[in-house]
Amino acid sequence: MCNPQSVDIVASAEDRSTIDIDSTDREFVEMIKRVGGPNIQSCYQCGTCSGSCPAGARTNYLVRLIIRKALLGLKEECISAPELWYCTTCYTCTDRCPQDVKPTDVIKAIRNIAVAEGHMLKPHQSVALKVLEAGHAVPLDKESWQKLREKVGLEPVPPNASRYHETIEEIRKLAKKSGFDKLIAPKEE
Amino acid sequence: MAKHKFYHFLGCIIPHRYPSIEKAARIVFEDLGLELLDMEGASCCPAPGVFGSFDRVTWATIAARNLTIAEAGGHPITTGCNGCFASLWDANHELKHDEELMKTVNDNLAEINREFKGSIEVTHYVDALYSIAGLEKIRKHVTRPLTGVRMALHPGCHWMRPAALKQKDNSERPHIFRELCETSGATYVPYKDELICCGAGGAVRTADVKVALDFTKQKFNSLLEAGGADIIVTPCPFCELQLDLGQVEIKKHFDLDYQFDILHVVELLALAFGHEPEEFGLSTHLQYMQRKSEPNWERLGLKT
Repeated sequence: MCNPQSVDIVASAEDRSTIDIDSTDREFVEMIKRVGGPNIQSCYQCGTCSGSCPAGARTNYLVRLIIRKALLGLKEECISAPELWYCTTCYTCTDRCPQDVKPTDVIKAIRNIAVAEGHMLKPHQSVALKVLEAGHAVPLDKESWQKLREKVGLEPVPPNASRYHETIEEIRKLAKKSGFDKLIAPKEE
Repeated sequence: MAKHKFYHFLGCIIPHRYPSIEKAARIVFEDLGLELLDMEGASCCPAPGVFGSFDRVTWATIAARNLTIAEAGGHPITTGCNGCFASLWDANHELKHDEELMKTVNDNLAEINREFKGSIEVTHYVDALYSIAGLEKIRKHVTRPLTGVRMALHPGCHWMRPAALKQKDNSERPHIFRELCETSGATYVPYKDELICCGAGGAVRTADVKVALDFTKQKFNSLLEAGGADIIVTPCPFCELQLDLGQVEIKKHFDLDYQFDILHVVELLALAFGHEPEEFGLSTHLQYMQRKSEPNWERLGLKT
């Protein structure tokens, strides 16, 4: 088992204090519903999601916990949690959820909000940048990859954005229009 | 009957890392009389777990741009990647059912003089093979059955999930992918964790490769507990990368040795249709390139 974040149970006493419902962000649930998790309020906390989750079996990622926190309006705790990024989007929870909460969509919506508010991991930033630079998240970025294609009897450069550079121009225009280019711009340290 | 034509959506991993899958697809589709058309200027789908997690509107916009290429030609898309399928199929579906999203996306696309119309369908190779060509026709092309080869399956996630939305197969007890693979004559080997994710999706491989590989390790161990297999077959190049190159990475990160030959379903069928592994470059899988090794020809029943 790899356990990246060993949780210090004793030191988290502060987190166990009473939740002041007046200081939580009530807009957060509405935001999640709008961004792509419309069914979040159907959750009755049965835990089928976490019980089905292969990521939860090896990390501190708990779908049920994140959804409960979101419903309570604990926005900062949800969007700044590193474990938010351990969901592989396998949709097992979505297929098993008895309330049709679509937990995977809820998690993706929370991720969207996290990114919009500046919580983006560096490696994710680089993958996003690659799409704007090359048109592909996994680009044909070395001659050896072209050789590999020739070795199997294909033309060295496939008929996608690797060959058609106007594609990259179009992707950049789209990213500029949607504001995505600013979203993923490397932040100043 | 007119020949079925598909726009061939390549994506990133197939043409740029596992070109043997692209070649095998061309061979198998041609054998079956299905025509694959180049999708000129297509980009990244874009990766559903990555871009979908960052910004849904941008994800849907870039996916819609790809869809417009096929809409212009008026033929359905087919792709051999669960991730590309998830982006293109899901975006196509969401845009057709969400007026507000469609309006926003088309506002964006107007910037490059394109418009999403919602006039075509997106299929996976598995759909094209199972539902269009059909198992009966496929069986007729099997001239070299892989008799005696023990075959484990890794169906992966996004071809069939979310099940209520995709409405293809029972995601708890799927049968379509198994039936398709069984046409090769290989013997299906069940194992407990057949249906768990390979670990690569959802931007997890990018964020933390060790966590991603821990999933893969669980699958391999589960398969070994079931008695092992000669090959693992998958319908997805990202799963293939994770299971194939993943063995080299697991050795590096966990110092554990696994020796499995990983095949995409079109590579399996190309072999079963009597094509030689050199015709599509089976030996170019990244585990062989990096380990300076070769497929286990004897176990595959191909060379003695």
